[in-house]
Amino acid sequence: MTIVDEPAGAASPSSAPPAPSWRVDLRGVSWEDLRPVKWQLYLSCTGLGIGVLMGLLQAFERMGSNLYDETPVLNSYYQGLTLHGVALALIFTFSFSNAFLSLVTMRGYGRPLASRFVSNASLVAAWGGVALAGWAILADKATVLFTFYAPLQATPAFYLGAVLLVVSTWLTLLNQLLTLRAWRREHRSERIPLLSFTATVTSMMWFIASLGIAVEVLGFLLPWSLGWRDAVDPQFTRLLFWFSGHPIVYFWLLPVYVSWYLLLPKQVGSRIYSDGLTRIVFLAFLVLLPVGVHHMFTDPGIAETSKMIQYLLTVALFVPSLATLFTIVAALENAGRARGGKGWLGWIWKLPWSDPSVNAQLLAGLAFMLGGASGLINASYTVNLVVHNTSFIVGHFHLTVGTAVALSIMGICYWMVPYLTGKKLFSPGTAVLQAWTWWIGVMIFARGQMAGGIEGIPRRTQLRDAAYYGDDWDLSSMFTGIGGTLMFIGGVLFFVVLLGTIFGRRPLDEPAEIPVTDVIHGSRQSWAVLDRLGVWAIVAGVLSVVVLGEAIAHYWPLHDISPGIRLW
Amino acid sequence: MHIERIERLFLVVAGGILAAMVVAVLVAASAEHASLPEPAERVDPATLRETAPFDDPGVFHDGDNRYTVVIVASAWQFEPSEIRVPVGSEVRFIVSSTDVIHGFLIPGTQVNAMLVPGQVTDVTTEFDDVGTHRLICHEYCGLNHHEMSAELIVEEAA
Repeated sequence: MTIVDEPAGAASPSSAPPAPSWRVDLRGVSWEDLRPVKWQLYLSCTGLGIGVLMGLLQAFERMGSNLYDETPVLNSYYQGLTLHGVALALIFTFSFSNAFLSLVTMRGYGRPLASRFVSNASLVAAWGGVALAGWAILADKATVLFTFYAPLQATPAFYLGAVLLVVSTWLTLLNQLLTLRAWRREHRSERIPLLSFTATVTSMMWFIASLGIAVEVLGFLLPWSLGWRDAVDPQFTRLLFWFSGHPIVYFWLLPVYVSWYLLLPKQVGSRIYSDGLTRIVFLAFLVLLPVGVHHMFTDPGIAETSKMIQYLLTVALFVPSLATLFTIVAALENAGRARGGKGWLGWIWKLPWSDPSVNAQLLAGLAFMLGGASGLINASYTVNLVVHNTSFIVGHFHLTVGTAVALSIMGICYWMVPYLTGKKLFSPGTAVLQAWTWWIGVMIFARGQMAGGIEGIPRRTQLRDAAYYGDDWDLSSMFTGIGGTLMFIGGVLFFVVLLGTIFGRRPLDEPAEIPVTDVIHGSRQSWAVLDRLGVWAIVAGVLSVVVLGEAIAHYWPLHDISPGIRLW
Repeated sequence: MHIERIERLFLVVAGGILAAMVVAVLVAASAEHASLPEPAERVDPATLRETAPFDDPGVFHDGDNRYTVVIVASAWQFEPSEIRVPVGSEVRFIVSSTDVIHGFLIPGTQVNAMLVPGQVTDVTTEFDDVGTHRLICHEYCGLNHHEMSAELIVEEAA
């Protein structure tokens, strides 16, 4: 792939790094600073592409045509499903976070990240992780799905790849903190710029959360896979996995929240209400991270007390989500009214739906309302019994991560790729069509998966070949298949726009800048203590130790009984 | 710190709705006797088939309308694969896995649990209608995961 690093039509590529003429913000940030951002973004899109392709095979499977035997490389439905999960849940999202959080951190402080070396190291770790895990999966040595529950045992390269991907996100945090320190030296008494604040809290949240998976993989699964350890305790490794496995969804979501809170209002010509509430919402996600046991309500080895504690914490987490609903909708409503929208809902039609970036994120937000509501069902203790591990869950998370997050990321790409390449967005009309196709697709898909789940369809299953498949599931399966196919078409259209932009020759005809919103009630009206990131990290750490510690104390002692098993 | 009145109102109402939902869930759980699986017992999956009660899987009549069903799960089957209980019975399932994590789902009932090697899953439900239920493994357990199921038949009382 040839990538034009210089503004299209610039003089000579060999001359000293030019201050790109199309960027009017971040003048002090050079190309070397932005190159890792760009390549993280391309890695993210690669993950999306692979995931979307696998999604098509799954959609066809639901409609009764199994294409896995005709597909080179893939040996089974479950190998494809592993690739789908890892490509989307880990590669697509992590690399996007690395790219986007780095960029907005720079924009917030108005300076490059402190260490270009660390940025590049994060990039190398991410690509290296993808190479290792990708090889393991394609070689059919890691058909363990993205949750890799022991005692199913993958080849060591798979676990190493996952570790490297996580390390890439840690390095992004390290760079954010180094940059904060450097900025702080010159701005002793100022509030941390809101944009950088939200981006840094997101990474801090994930760092603490990821320690569960880090201990699980480095302490148990990797040595076990290497043969240095005979057996592991599958219930305990599952507990560690879900300590990270729920907050990981916040790590998918919060970068998108950064965009919804601080960029999207500017894109629609509006402002957000409150600096303080924005900081509080992000800190709430940091502090309330130990809620993973709500994925284990039906596990036999976990005490009911642990389940109850983490259920209540999960419900508490809906408060910041509802605060977000208020803030974002208020900003959008103000924009719509300023553009002449009247009545209760008239403002909605006045929003700039023809702007591809805005359009994709508005549709993403609409899907998130349904996704959030269905999440409350999954999280509601015994109500979970109706839907646990059925395709209802799959419907839920394709509305949340699969659309609220994924479609927003595509929308962000619609300004970010032109910003990084100096190229004009290829065919904005296609980009608008793209988002609608995806959105209509996911609505049909979610109807299929959610109703299907209530009818008893299990998730993660090669359904049409199931011994127990019955024609009472035909309708739901058909909806799932048709919706999934539409999402695939929406995905293909995204790549038409993306590749058309990257390889296109049309330079931007107007200067590019990162859209950053103004705040009605700014930082002077919010508590300074909110900026004490170290204090909040300690609060989050202590709560995590107490809550996870409670679950482990109930579980203790460990029960190392499972040797590795390979069943594919 | 300044928070707009309408913003404050929204948060209070939203918090109130969430609190009401928690109360509803807790009341429903206790009134409907819906409960989550709890830690029962630990076993060694390697010797599960020699460990009571898993050395003799099957349906056992405990008296009155109460039955216990002992099930051994392994890739890719449940033993027994056909379970018959009379209508109106209260059935306690005692299940464990000999190898990897499996799932245990009977759609249309409250039975939805994980089977984790080393742990015993112990859940109880009532069957009030005659008919055939699917019993499905709903956690990925290898290449033929989708073939792992059993049938639960609720018969007319004899």
